[in-house]
Amino acid sequence: MPQPPTHSSSLDMAQPEPIDLSSGKYVKLWQGPQHPGITGNMSLELTLCGDEIVECKTHVGYLHRGFEKFMERRTYIQNFTVVCRIAVPEPTFNEYLYSAAIEELAGIEVPERANWLRALNLEMMRLASFLMWTGGMSGAFGLYTVPNWTLTYRDYILDLFEELTGARIYHMYIVPGGVRNVLPDGWKARALEILKGTEKMMREVDRVMMNNAVFKARSKGLGLIPPDMVDPYGIVGPNARAAGFKRDLRKDEPYLVYDQLDFEVVTATASDAYERAWVRQQEIFQCINLIRQMLERMPDSGPFQAQMPNVLHWKIPPGETYLKAECTRGEYGYYVVTDGSEYVRRVHVRGPSYTHAIAVMERLAVGTNIADIAGLMVSLHTYPPEIER
Amino acid sequence: MSLKDLISPFFVWQRAFEKPYTVGLKPIVERPGAPAYRGFHINMSDDCVGCGSCFTICQNHAIDMVKVDGLEAHGGDSGLRPRFDYGRCCWCGLCVDICTAGSLRMTNEYAWFTTNPDDFRFVAGMENKSWDGRTGGYHRHPDYHLFPPKRIEMEMLAPEESVASFTEVAKGYTEEQAKLEADRCVECGICVATCPAHMDVPDYIHSIRDGDYEKGLQLMYRTNPFPATCGRICTRRCESVCPVGIQGEPVAIRWLKRFIVDQVAEADYARILPNVEADTGKRIAIVGAGPGGLSAAYYLRLKGHAVEVFESQAQAGGMLRYGVPSYRLPDPALDKDIEHIRSLGVEIHFNHSIGRDTAFSDLLDNYDAVFVSTGLNVPSQMRIQGEDHPRVMDGLKLLDDVANGKDPQIGTSVAVIGGGNVAMDAARVSRRLGAEVTVLYRRRIEDMPADTEEIHEAQAEGCIFVTQAIPVEALNAAQSDQVTLKWGEAEMLQDPKGGRPRPVLQEERMHLDTFDTVVSAIGQGSNLDYIPTEISDQLQIKWGKFIPGDYQQMVLNKLFVGGDVANATADAISAIEDGHHAARGIHRFLDTGQRG
Ligand SMILES: Cc1cc2nc3c(=O)[nH]c(=O)nc-3n(C[C@H](O)[C@H](O)[C@H](O)COP(=O)(O)OP(=O)(O)OC[C@H]3O[C@@H](n4cnc5c(N)ncnc54)[C@H](O)[C@@H]3O)c2cc1C
Ligand code: SF4
Ligand code: SF4
Repeated sequence: MPQPPTHSSSLDMAQPEPIDLSSGKYVKLWQGPQHPGITGNMSLELTLCGDEIVECKTHVGYLHRGFEKFMERRTYIQNFTVVCRIAVPEPTFNEYLYSAAIEELAGIEVPERANWLRALNLEMMRLASFLMWTGGMSGAFGLYTVPNWTLTYRDYILDLFEELTGARIYHMYIVPGGVRNVLPDGWKARALEILKGTEKMMREVDRVMMNNAVFKARSKGLGLIPPDMVDPYGIVGPNARAAGFKRDLRKDEPYLVYDQLDFEVVTATASDAYERAWVRQQEIFQCINLIRQMLERMPDSGPFQAQMPNVLHWKIPPGETYLKAECTRGEYGYYVVTDGSEYVRRVHVRGPSYTHAIAVMERLAVGTNIADIAGLMVSLHTYPPEIER
Repeated sequence: MSLKDLISPFFVWQRAFEKPYTVGLKPIVERPGAPAYRGFHINMSDDCVGCGSCFTICQNHAIDMVKVDGLEAHGGDSGLRPRFDYGRCCWCGLCVDICTAGSLRMTNEYAWFTTNPDDFRFVAGMENKSWDGRTGGYHRHPDYHLFPPKRIEMEMLAPEESVASFTEVAKGYTEEQAKLEADRCVECGICVATCPAHMDVPDYIHSIRDGDYEKGLQLMYRTNPFPATCGRICTRRCESVCPVGIQGEPVAIRWLKRFIVDQVAEADYARILPNVEADTGKRIAIVGAGPGGLSAAYYLRLKGHAVEVFESQAQAGGMLRYGVPSYRLPDPALDKDIEHIRSLGVEIHFNHSIGRDTAFSDLLDNYDAVFVSTGLNVPSQMRIQGEDHPRVMDGLKLLDDVANGKDPQIGTSVAVIGGGNVAMDAARVSRRLGAEVTVLYRRRIEDMPADTEEIHEAQAEGCIFVTQAIPVEALNAAQSDQVTLKWGEAEMLQDPKGGRPRPVLQEERMHLDTFDTVVSAIGQGSNLDYIPTEISDQLQIKWGKFIPGDYQQMVLNKLFVGGDVANATADAISAIEDGHHAARGIHRFLDTGQRG
């Protein structure tokens, strides 16, 4: 794994002044859990002094659905319909990691074509998710035109998902053993057309958002993650790459077909809200490029599902595994334990939002202005549903 | 802050003059769902067999299997249909993927409005819905399976090897093969309803998956004391309705049954299987030690009754011993079944014919109940001239000779007349005795009553099939130890009433072929001469077959009948069930004095 760059330490925080709420100097304010954005499925308990945040506590629990637990009472095939719901905007990573873990424990080898179709889905998912994030990010800073553009193109990608998988959000396409379907007729051509439009649109976003005086003024320097915070806080994905860490599981521990694709890991030098946004913009172009490569190289024929046992009474030998993949927010992991029965013994989902939205957010919020708190939160790209499985 | 950063955002105006991306101005045109969109369920109710696999797989319990008006259960169809609850469904489509019949799919509808919440619980395909008749939508890709569609091949002797001896052709599954095959079962139970004995198929298959063969054996003996036999030669109506076979190959139920029996040593049977209940002091006579008689004997003995079986032959087993050849059913397998029955204290009087050695009426006088299962042992006549030619032999005699170790002296060229299982057995046995064999059948191959597997194996072993061939006369050949068969070609005539087509002899297309032996195997009837007329006159008998009432009971209260001589299906499993059913009736009759 590449070594992080060395910087001077900024980890030790100055002892904060004790907060005396009765002094009249402070105001307590809750952001969420009714905030209309993706950030609003959780809440931040903010203590303000004037419009400056002096303390931030993250509260979760509003979205707990008990997935990990109730998966222990579902058969292996039934769970595949459940996992997608764990991270609403990026269901595909759950489908893939759950299936891959089950396959590893059951000793199932997935055919090559399915691997390409899976990687294609994951990259489309990253693209759709980044587009939605771009809309959220610009919206959080008052640029309301950009969300209209990016969400439109996200919708076009959802159209592609709908055609291929039969659904727009909860695709339930990657299934233990392979995938459920193959590319429909004409799908490739439509996909290329949409990628072309997305690319053009993103160049315009670059102009109106990344080269926007207001956006720059507000996002530069906001929520700076110093490099020496990265490892102690478990920061991953674009949040870490923006701080100069050349870490990307697709490159470092390639899965599926990533070792056959050409791409460079995107990094920046200072992980503030602006540079994190910049890294994500570059990764959008990277996604488009990767999807094009895959469409060109993937096999058009051959099996897309391994020979499966009867899923109605499928038992998997005892074992455990941890598998991970690079989602838009960094390392997404599934820890799965089987005990030889028809039911999974334990599933633990490790989404990057856990650290980003809780420990990191609480730390970065201090000292920021109340007006920037939503923007800061979006800049960390967190998905509350994956915190609360 | 650069000047560029101030100007650049104004590029947003560039798109101000573009057409709307999503919906245009009014009228709003609805876009249909993608062709494979998972919309609302639609079930081709005529194709659905009510197996309930959709119900089993649904993780949301969104499906109930319900009775629908106007739909009755019948062979291969439970009569139930899936009712969907859209308050619970998550539109995953697993139900579609698992559907054994391929009858279930989803349309590509996006939205459905109704003011009545009860509408959201509906039996797909049986209640009028706006999307009925739509063709698009999600269906299972043909190369995507949630259970293996193909069965595990049974290893067989190669035809060159199999014709050389009477060694059993099917080698049996290994444990690994059996487990893989057992895995394919969807546990719907459609087979249970179809099996004449209602064997607990899904459960004993389950016991294979668990590796618990003793339990499997116990489950089988609850309904069938001939599992080693049926595991080899059953007509397996269960397999013909197994829903797994609709889009793939049915589960090899027969071979799995055999596998279980083969795993358990006979010495362990006494420990595993139920023992005889306390002596009741009642005595029951059984005529015929075929599967029907011995099945009744087994279940009656278990209840504590004293059972005596009268058998005119020297060994037990009936047609299973003297008809079915040993390459399909080796003696040790049949003996394993019979020995367990005898070990419970069932007494068999061999070489003892009722009518000759003991009068039928004596049985009725001296026993508390009598069960008759004397089978069909009189070959049917071809009704052609020269049928009594010395080189014309009946199939049963041929098989009987071989079973008794006698050489039937058939020579080296044999014609077998018939298309049923007896004909196939006679043909394959003749091949094993070294003859060239021609099978002549009056209809087409697909009309043959014989098991298709038997037909294929006979062909593989080199039997030549001549179909639409009607024998007309057996003539003296040039050589005295041969026979010339005159036969004519037949045209199939469609039945205007829609029945099965009828072969019509074409007088101008006659053939003469000479064989060492012509074997007639066109069916068999009963011999009920052992019943004195004063008794038989009181009984309901038609075409040589008894017509029993409930519990196989005849008008004479003490008399129960079963097996080939009392049913239309004339196979082992039906005889076994008749015996079991009669045993229930006899026990009930002896216990309560009630008629069935
Ligand atoms: C060649 C051949 C192949 C077959 N193959 C198959 C197959 O693959 N699968 C299948 O399921 N079925 C098969 N059958 C049918 C099956 O053998 C019969 O359905 C079954 O044996 C019927 O059992 P049962 O008890 O009614 O009569 P049987 O088996 O015929 O037994 C009747 C017994 O009664 C005895 N008996 C008759 N009269 C008297 C008397 N007066 N006194 C004392 N004893 C008497 C007979 O000797 C005989 O032992 C085959 C039959 C034949 C002939
Ligand atoms: S689509 Fe899924 S949730 Fe709905 S009935 Fe079928 S299996 Fe159940
Ligand atoms: S799985 Fe298919 S055949 Fe079986 S009950 Fe359901 S719809 Fe009918």
